[in-house]
Amino acid sequence: MAEIKNYTMNFGPQHPAAHGVLRLVLELDGEVIERADPHIGLLHRATEKLAEHKTYLQSVPYMDRLDYVSMMVNEHAYVMAIEKMAGIQVPLRAQYIRVMFDEITRILNHLLWLGASGIDLGAMTMFFYTFREREDLFDVYEAVSGARMHAAYYRPGGVYRDLPDTMPQYQPNKIRSAADVKRMNENRQGSVLDFLEDFTNRFPGYVDEYETLLTDNRIWKQRTVGIGVVSPERAMAMGFTGPMLRGSGVVWDLRKKQPYEVYDRLDFDIPVGVEGDCYDRYLVRIEEMRQSNRIIKQCIDWLRKNPGSVIADSVKFVPPKREAMKQNMEELIHHFKLFTEGFQVPAGEAYAAVEHPKGEFGIYLVSDGANKPYRMKIRAPGFPHLAGLDEMARGHMIADVVAIIGTQDIVFGEIDR
Amino acid sequence: MANDLNTLKSSLTEAFAEKVVNLDEKLGELTLVIKAADLLAVLSRLHSDAKFCFEELIDVCGVDYSTYGSETTEDGKYVADVEHVGPRFAAVYHLLSITNNFRLRVRVFAEDDAMPMLDSVITIWSSANWYEREAFDLYGIIFVGHPDLRRLLTDYGFVGNPFRKDFPLSGTVEMRYDAAQQRVIYEPVSIEPREVTPRSLREENFARH
Repeated sequence: MAEIKNYTMNFGPQHPAAHGVLRLVLELDGEVIERADPHIGLLHRATEKLAEHKTYLQSVPYMDRLDYVSMMVNEHAYVMAIEKMAGIQVPLRAQYIRVMFDEITRILNHLLWLGASGIDLGAMTMFFYTFREREDLFDVYEAVSGARMHAAYYRPGGVYRDLPDTMPQYQPNKIRSAADVKRMNENRQGSVLDFLEDFTNRFPGYVDEYETLLTDNRIWKQRTVGIGVVSPERAMAMGFTGPMLRGSGVVWDLRKKQPYEVYDRLDFDIPVGVEGDCYDRYLVRIEEMRQSNRIIKQCIDWLRKNPGSVIADSVKFVPPKREAMKQNMEELIHHFKLFTEGFQVPAGEAYAAVEHPKGEFGIYLVSDGANKPYRMKIRAPGFPHLAGLDEMARGHMIADVVAIIGTQDIVFGEIDR
Repeated sequence: MANDLNTLKSSLTEAFAEKVVNLDEKLGELTLVIKAADLLAVLSRLHSDAKFCFEELIDVCGVDYSTYGSETTEDGKYVADVEHVGPRFAAVYHLLSITNNFRLRVRVFAEDDAMPMLDSVITIWSSANWYEREAFDLYGIIFVGHPDLRRLLTDYGFVGNPFRKDFPLSGTVEMRYDAAQQRVIYEPVSIEPREVTPRSLREENFARH
């Protein structure tokens, strides 16, 4: 019999199924994975070190760029850590706005995941459907913050500004006729909340559309059922959180178990898987989108009825109003100090975690009382997930590695930091 | 939660009486400081004892305390208000118990500043694998018993531990393509070190928010 040797294959860093810059070194026995060794760090920007050299406020936009498909949730953990240490009380309206945008972001994230992992496994159409809905939500991002992705909307103490009364409109141009534009602008005539409400009414129907394409699709099930099975014990030992943990049947969601902001006032359910395979995690994420939609609806109702301030009334942490700044010396000084020197956070340490679309996203801050953090550690949910790839992929085929990377919802902005 | 924390606090004192260096509660979070020698014993008890049942190791964070409370000068050098005492490097473990729904932070200082060494907890939690590799890469903390302690985030062939406080923000080498040699070469950085935002402290009773 001929001597058979294992061989090693390189996967990535420029591979369309690598979701960014993942380099995998796969040790193969025929087509079966014996060992998978992810090489990460190709997108390492030392965000944590940069934050040590900047004021607290200057680091907020860096948070958007960690997990660049769920921007506002990253900011949320960061501002929560600062608020905890500085003892800032966030107005209720700001808390509702943050929760609403957290859930918008969750839908954005899961839509991208659904489209991208659909493409990975040959379901090309998903991408076109999910990106249609993402456009609407990006328009909401744009309306409140001016940026479609990297919003920098959350601030220590609340959010940057209240929800605007108008939605941006499409303008007629060479490609779009006036009649076309009029039709496209139909649901943009009211405020941001009106537009969002229209979206939440349409969205469950869209999710049904996605499900008709995938849930009972024979090819989809052949690619995902029984692939990358993780037992609940192993999921916990490997540090999994979020849908990766719930897919294995562990009932754990920070929004329910350790509620922050106003999640304890809202009505929603937590979907949990049974088998712990890629298909269960798919079902969990699909249901999470429906639940997020429910939460957004409740937030819209509350926000309509309760106008008020959206940022804490705290002169030492929150920039003054523009009109006041132009007329009042005291306010001018505060503005100048806040944007040059920044604010000081009392010495100590704090860990703030949020239920990120991918799992538990946490910020651990150590302050020595200065205007810059002494140490900031980002607990990225994708990091332990990718570390578990080796165990999840063993014994599977090369094509299943793609399914497993897809189900882990890998984004390198947060893993490499 | 507050009630849970008190229960946890008392059971920690009861279980590890002589091993607790410090245990304090601030901002609703418990921090336990233990000696490096007791690390494995305490953490494995925290993992397996039903009273604690910390199934998840959420995070391991390396910290370099050498310039804690120090001013920085224009060229990026540190001037301490008070001379730093005590060990320089620490690893901070964030634990989460899913069964009991509480969190705990455990801080361990590595005794030797020149060669910081701590026991690896990979036998207790598999997730420690990459967290310890990261702390090794960025801070040079050596985790004894880790089967595969390689660099994780930095480039292949990187020299130094970039998150140490004496490592400049700009790094030590810069890379460019050299047309004469027809390859990418590394050279010492040409950037002058500078501090964009000077560090400032808050005076006593400063805020009136």
